[in-house]
Amino acid sequence: METLSNIENQKLTLTQKSEELGSYIGQTPLFPIQHLYTSRQVKIFAKLEWQQFGDSVKARPAYRIMRKAIKQGTLHEEVQLLDASSGNTGIAYAHIGAALGIPVTLCLPENASDERKRILKALNVNIEFTDRGGGTDVAQHVAREMYERAPDRYYYADQYSNPGNWQAHYNTTGPEILKQTNGKVTHFICGLGTTGTFTGTGRLLKEYKSDIRLIGLQPDLAMHGLEGWKHLETAHSPSIYDASLADDIRAVSTERAHQLITLTARKEGVLISPSSAANLAGALELAGELEEGVIVTVFPDDLSKYGEILTQLF
Amino acid sequence: MATIIIPTPLRKYTAQKRRFETRENTLSGALEQLMEEHPQVRQNLLDDEGKVRSYIKLYIGDEEVNPDESRTFQLDENTEISIVPAIAGGYQSAEQPAEYSTG
Repeated sequence: METLSNIENQKLTLTQKSEELGSYIGQTPLFPIQHLYTSRQVKIFAKLEWQQFGDSVKARPAYRIMRKAIKQGTLHEEVQLLDASSGNTGIAYAHIGAALGIPVTLCLPENASDERKRILKALNVNIEFTDRGGGTDVAQHVAREMYERAPDRYYYADQYSNPGNWQAHYNTTGPEILKQTNGKVTHFICGLGTTGTFTGTGRLLKEYKSDIRLIGLQPDLAMHGLEGWKHLETAHSPSIYDASLADDIRAVSTERAHQLITLTARKEGVLISPSSAANLAGALELAGELEEGVIVTVFPDDLSKYGEILTQLF
Repeated sequence: MATIIIPTPLRKYTAQKRRFETRENTLSGALEQLMEEHPQVRQNLLDDEGKVRSYIKLYIGDEEVNPDESRTFQLDENTEISIVPAIAGGYQSAEQPAEYSTG
């Protein structure tokens, strides 16, 4: 039994422990949307990404980044993992860090939700609060400064530039989608934030079958409420973004996402986060334009870390 | 003179200005002046009914204020107003150096 073997192997090295943790990352269910959209010829599926260790889609890149650094010897119990995050990547680092005994320091915008702050506190994260009007760009600046001041103290994960981000999706999310759809996926659609999910999954799917369509989603406005998403007109693309991949880029409003949180709860029985609902909005719009196809998206998170939105909507 | 702190995602529409000074004496007056001088801010700030979008918070100093009461909220010359998306992250200024880039 796996549990017994874990009990018997108390003296694993950090590298071994980090590799064992991999069994609990990814392998998320592919959930069919059956009530908000019904068609015999067009199907919509969503990966329920909060159903893994680390609680969100960000567990995949956080784990890969950390495992690689541990293997290379640049991250260990005596060095703190440092990064900027407004939420889920930070929480994923925190879960993995706690499990492996690696301290985590995060630069977090002051207006991150109370739940997130409490979760990070519970997982013993050192938090450096940054300007509430500056988003993660200011948080990233602060993280970089902290690293430059004390490079021996930190391993700077830098999720926006770290190739481990997209590689995690190339090696796990993409193959899972192919397996779970028996290779029948025709469209992959998801929001652009760090762009790791889109770039990694999209690249793998295109290599499998070049006519699989990849649709990127962005918020309709610069000032939006879709956590982690980027408004392309007013943002720099992260260095890991491959602009040549997308067959189409579309926009989703925060209001539409909020509307779909309610509808998805009542019709599909799942409480999803704003970014999940925005992905679904894009998938539903796309489905309405197709005569046949298998559309896959991701639900990066559920609504449990968004108490304010839960209160506002219900 | 009261000051509105312009959040990062809106600075593209305010010629990268980080602060907007106003002689208006109500919160709604100050916001209206900001939107008149920088018209692209309006769509970002207000919904189709002209109300502050549900996911945007307004602060006077460190205190969150109800946008519905903005007409009656009086400003003095030291008042600092902040416009903040309810959820942090996900944006960055295109004009910032790439090495600061995140989202």
